This record gives sequence, structure tokens and C-alpha cells, in this order.
Amino acid sequence: MATASPTTAPDALQPAGAPATSLPDLTLIQRLVLNLRAARARAYVRVVATGRELSWLAFEVVLPILSAAAYVFIYEALGAPPRYTGFVLLGTAMTAYWMNVLWSMASQFYWEKQSGTLEIYFLAPASRVALLLGMASGGIFMSTSRAASTLIAGSLLFGVRYEVASWPLAILAFVLTLAALYCLGMLFSSVFLMYGREAWHMASALQEPVYLLSGFYFPVRALGFWAAMGASLIPLTLGLDAMRQLMFGAPDAAFLPVGWELLGLAVLTVVYFLLALRSLAAMERLAKREGRLTLKWQ
Amino acid sequence: MSAPLSIDVQHVSRQFVTKKGQTFWALRDVSLQVHEGELFGLLGPNGAGKTTLIKILSTLLLPTSGQVRVAGFDVVREADRVRRVINMVSGGEHSGYGILTVRESLWLFSQFHGLPSKVALARIDELLEVVGLAEHAHTRVNKLSTGMRQKMNFVRGFLNDPRVLFLDEPTLGLDVETSRILRSYVKRWVKEKPGRTILLTTHYMAEADELCDRLAIIEGGRILACDTPNNLKRTMQDEVVLRMEVYPSLTEPQRLAQLPGVLRLVPDRGQNGHQVLTWGLKDDGVIGTVIQALQQDGVRILRLEKADPTLEDVFMRMVGRRLTDGNGQSNHSA
Repeated sequence: MATASPTTAPDALQPAGAPATSLPDLTLIQRLVLNLRAARARAYVRVVATGRELSWLAFEVVLPILSAAAYVFIYEALGAPPRYTGFVLLGTAMTAYWMNVLWSMASQFYWEKQSGTLEIYFLAPASRVALLLGMASGGIFMSTSRAASTLIAGSLLFGVRYEVASWPLAILAFVLTLAALYCLGMLFSSVFLMYGREAWHMASALQEPVYLLSGFYFPVRALGFWAAMGASLIPLTLGLDAMRQLMFGAPDAAFLPVGWELLGLAVLTVVYFLLALRSLAAMERLAKREGRLTLKWQ
Repeated sequence: MSAPLSIDVQHVSRQFVTKKGQTFWALRDVSLQVHEGELFGLLGPNGAGKTTLIKILSTLLLPTSGQVRVAGFDVVREADRVRRVINMVSGGEHSGYGILTVRESLWLFSQFHGLPSKVALARIDELLEVVGLAEHAHTRVNKLSTGMRQKMNFVRGFLNDPRVLFLDEPTLGLDVETSRILRSYVKRWVKEKPGRTILLTTHYMAEADELCDRLAIIEGGRILACDTPNNLKRTMQDEVVLRMEVYPSLTEPQRLAQLPGVLRLVPDRGQNGHQVLTWGLKDDGVIGTVIQALQQDGVRILRLEKADPTLEDVFMRMVGRRLTDGNGQSNHSA
């Protein structure tokens, strides 16, 4: 074993030679760099995991396609228009994001607490929002690989035909859906941080009902206007409906015009992001007051 | 002129509310000051309040009352500044992501402190050499043994070159050689880096004695004593410490502990079924009484020594029991 001397290296966060109480404020650029580094690092775990643990191919592509197949056969048996196969497949692909938001975003701080990593996050100078954004971007990468695999494999298997009205609008709908959805995930994560022990049950309780409310396997219009309006608080409801309209041309099955749905998603993104910021700060204060950031209180 | 204060704890109390609604004071009116460049130890049994204090100092927990400053900054109002200059390593922690390699995992944590990757990776490689983990730099974390994980966590604590480092039982569960290497690095780090401060909690008395410039003994959420290890041991000069190995074991040690002139008797398991007895006696004259009493009980004395007081003796005198770990094992130095 080597016996190296302690290292010294420049550090913007604690400049060398500065007296203890004279720690200059970080400039906006320094703050930005710090938080971007933190976000990139947190995203890295999920990006790496996607390539290193390929078992997800079996569990998160093959099994969802089997679920989708059941709905596809029902629609075919009932003589529904072929685009319903596309509706089902798109909904199936988007389940990857919902699962990711629930189990790897909302519940993440709870898992981190259980594994002892949460206290490392909270005693570091990086912002919690940066960490959550890192989790979100890593999660989006991870889920997109699953969703794309499902979509490609399912399209080939079921012979789905796409009638894309506008690629830019379809991409915008997808991006806004993910933005609003992951901001909702950030909001959940702060709540789950505080009520961590129940996180598992909360996530389980939310998982299946959202499949129904957001119309993962059917056009949400079927729920009726007011039920669908209520379900629109979940970004996937509006997102799926908009994407279905833009990718399969289904005016008869549409819930709202695409423009309204995109506007709704943009509003949800802003509202959930602001709520997440406030909730995160409030929950952190509460958790520190009640000693819930760590497992051991002594 | 003494060095500036690095840690300043003023009348801090911390209350917890149990699930049944009962209140419990983990810290009661604790005050202590640690100067820059000091290696300060907190000694206390499980539940004494050591970790609660460290969590308050590291901004993870709010005090119920009192004021705490770390590196000159208030841990409640200036937590963001405090976080820029601290780090913490807890013994037995299992942090990290199993899917990542050791080097990746440490790089990940370094990024939360904003280190440029080049600087971070250079420090990681150097520190992995120090702890003898360099050959496992590319091993996944989920393949590491407990000791290796602890070494990795130790490295993590030094990555941001903190001004104030909290080491909460850092050598817990480590083998003797690794503990020695880590202790040696800790000593050198504080010595070679002016203005750096370490607050260490440990169950290992020898570790505290070897490393710490000053120590506080904490029990029941209160600081019972705070001084240099030598000064603490000097408080024992008014009594005689006698250690003996006996066979068979005493059946009623409480009775002998009440002999005239016996201040304290702590029985402990020895090797080969023998028993080790540590006596605190009022003066040399009591030794004869003790030996006579043992002979009357049919207990053979296999070894006897009049010992210099250790921190263990200081602790036992103040707290009334041995400093034991969570499994009830005695605290022999690792």
C-alpha cells in the first residue's frame, strides 16, 4: 500500500488560503457549473445502468408487449379501426415513463435514504433540484430506451401504420409530456421523502389507476368529458391524446384539440415545477426538524 | 493566541418525539468548541448523542435549541456555506450504487461538490492507493466486501478536501492493518493541511487516544468531560487501577465491588475461559483485601498488574460502564 501525502488541489467552492469565515459567494456561473456537474453525475448512474443490466429487455419490453397484445386482439376481435392498435402500442410504450417517474423518481429519495446515500446528497453543496433533474434526465434516457424498444418491436409485430400529421408538433407533444410528467415526479419525490415508509404503497396505489385514468390502452375521451378533464392533471392524459392525434390521425377519438392539449401540458410543466421547488424546500425543512433525512436518529 | 474556532456549539439541545408521542432528549445543553487544526474526539456509548450532534453539525438535522457554527457559519441560517466546507464519513454505511465501479462511484460523489472531473479523478486515484483499493478501482461496488466499501466511503470523505471533516466511527468493522493505515492518513491530513479540522466519534479507546488532540466524553446527551487524553487520564491519579486474569469466573462480582476501598469493578471475558477483572481502588492498601476476598471465593489469580489509567478507565469512572459496541462486545482497539 502506498503512503501518499494528502492532496491539495484548487477548489472554487472553498478557495485555498481563505480564512474560515470569509467564504465568497458563488457566482452565478460557479453555481451553474456546480449544479450541472451534479445533475450530469446523477444522470450518469442511470445511463450506465441501461447498458450494464440488459435484463430490462426481457422485463420491460417483452412483458409490456404481451400486455399490449391482449388489448390489440380485443380491438381486432371487435373490428375497431387499425389505428387502435397504434393507440395501444403508444400507451404501452409510455408506461415506461410512468413507471420510471413512480419508482425511480418519486420514490428515489426514499430508496436513497434506505441505502444511506441521501445524507451524502444533503450534506453536499449541490442543489437538490439539480440532483432531481439529473435523476429525471437519466430516467428519461433509461425509459426512452425501453419505450423505443417497445414501440419498434410492437410496430413490427402488430404491423402498426403511422399517419404523422406533423413531426415537429408530435415531438413537441412528447417533450412537453415528459417535462410535465417529470416535474410531477419531482413534486412526488419531496412528498415521498417525508412520508417515505409509505412510499411503496403510495407508488403501488398510483400505478394502476393512472393506466385507466390516462387512457393508456384506449382513447381517454371514452371516460367522458369531466372525468377526462380531471384525469388531465396527470400529464400523460393530455400527452397521449395529443400524440395519438398527431401520429395516427384520429379526430373522432380526440379528447381536446391538440393546441389546447399542448397549452395544458405547458401550464402543467410550469405549475408542477414551481410546486416541486416549494414542496422540496418545505419538506427538507420539515425532515430536518423531525429528523427524517436519515435512518438513524442517534 | 489560540487558533480560530472551527466548531462552536453553544447550549445545543435536541428533542425527538417517538411514534408513541413521547419526547426524548438526545442532546441536552451541549456546549463545546473545537479549534482549527484540531483532531477532536467524541466518546460515548450507543445512544449517547454523538451521531445526533454530528448530524446537526453537518446540516442534516436542526437543533431544538442552541446555536452551532461550523467554519464560522451558522448551520441553520448558512447551511449552504457550511456544506461547501464539510464532508462526513459514517462507519458501516453502504452508500453508493452497486452498478458503478469504485472509481465511477467516487467520481459521482465528487461531482456533488462541484469538483472538476480531472481534479476529482486524480484525487480518487491517489486516495485509492492510500487505502489499498487501487486494484479494485474498476470493480463494481456491489462486488466489494464490507471492508472495501468502508475504504471507499473513507476516500469519499476526503474528495472535496473539506475544512471540517466528520468521521463517525470510520474504522468500524475494519481489519487492524486497514484501520492503522486510515488512522495514519487522518493524522497526516490534519497535520499537513493547516486549518483542517476533524471531529471523530469512535468506540475504540486506543484510536481516540492515538488520534485525538482533545476528547469529549458524552453520555445521555450531556458532555461529561472535555480535555486532552492525558489530562483526562490524570484525573484518575487519585485511584489505583488493578487488572487481573482469574479462573474460574466470579459468580457474584457485585458483592466484591462493595468491599471497602473498592471504587469500581468491571468484569470482562478473557481468553481460554478466563475472566479479566479491572478494579478501581482507593489506594494500594486495598489490594490485599481484594486478593484475600478472591482467595476466599476459590478464585485463582493467574495474572495481576497495577496498570496506568487508560481512557477506558476514565470512561468507566465517569459513565459507570464499559464503552461497548452495538453487539455488546468490548471495545478492543482495531
